[in-house]
Amino acid sequence: MWSWVAHRVTGVAIFFFLLVHVLDTALVRVSPQAYNEVIGTYKNPVMGLGEAGLVAAIVFHALNGLRIILVDFWAKGPKYQRVMLWVVVGLWVLLMAGFLPVQLVHTFGSH
Amino acid sequence: MTTIAEPRSRATRKTSRTNAEMIGWIFMRASGVLLIVLIFGHLITNLITDGGVHAIDFGFVAGKWAQPIWQVWDLLMLWLAMVHGTNGVRTIINDYAERAGTRLVLKSLLYLAAVVIVVLGTLVIFTFNPCPPGAPADLLPSFCTA
Ligand code: HEM
Repeated sequence: MWSWVAHRVTGVAIFFFLLVHVLDTALVRVSPQAYNEVIGTYKNPVMGLGEAGLVAAIVFHALNGLRIILVDFWAKGPKYQRVMLWVVVGLWVLLMAGFLPVQLVHTFGSH
Repeated sequence: MTTIAEPRSRATRKTSRTNAEMIGWIFMRASGVLLIVLIFGHLITNLITDGGVHAIDFGFVAGKWAQPIWQVWDLLMLWLAMVHGTNGVRTIINDYAERAGTRLVLKSLLYLAAVVIVVLGTLVIFTFNPCPPGAPADLLPSFCTA
């Protein structure tokens, strides 16, 4: 149940980010200066942390999405759905443990 | 007086030959699998390798879109993610907006936003000029001056 709620919340959050992200990237058609200025705001620490949250949301949605697909199409899926949820959580922790240090160094490290 | 259908009379639920909801259901799963590859590749090249977001500027984007593979990659990702996300949000609106009028307004806004973003994004990928005339050379990719 909570995994279903989390799947919805992350799906909507990613969707709204995507709308903004296409708009900021579209600035490459305005001018190099305009693009660099706006992308520069992504480089401050608050945005760096927001980005980490966004990656966390996408990784969860992707892994849990795979789990949903396996429950639907794999004959043993429904039987192992609970086990697979823990696999999702485990993989999520692992991937985030790999990503967060890199992201934090990029965000707070010297340029 | 309300009339009650006779026992064992045929059900009169409207059915159609093609089932749009079924196609949507399959699409959510198929696009999901493809998006895993597309999005993780996108995040690895843009956030993890070579300095992460700090390395992103106009020159970085121009260098990527000079390669057809990244144009196709980003185009596919844009379309699949937008259709997947729009369809997902449509489901959520249907679930929570109880009045027909509210649903109509929310879904109209949703489709409008989706079309604007997909058209804009597609145009940007196809009409992008990596060496716009008059721009300072130090902001452009190195191949512009070569
Ligand atoms: C990374 C790869 C992704 C995978 C594997 C994935 C997988 C899935 C699956 C299997 C569903 C369930 C559909 C159903 O129940 O019929 C779903 C729903 C959804 N997805 Fe994704 N998805 C991915 C990326 C995205 C992205 C990029 C967005 C946003 C643009 C998104 C937004 C949504 C939304 C809003 C829903 C609806 C949730 C609901 O109805 O409860 N997803 N996804």
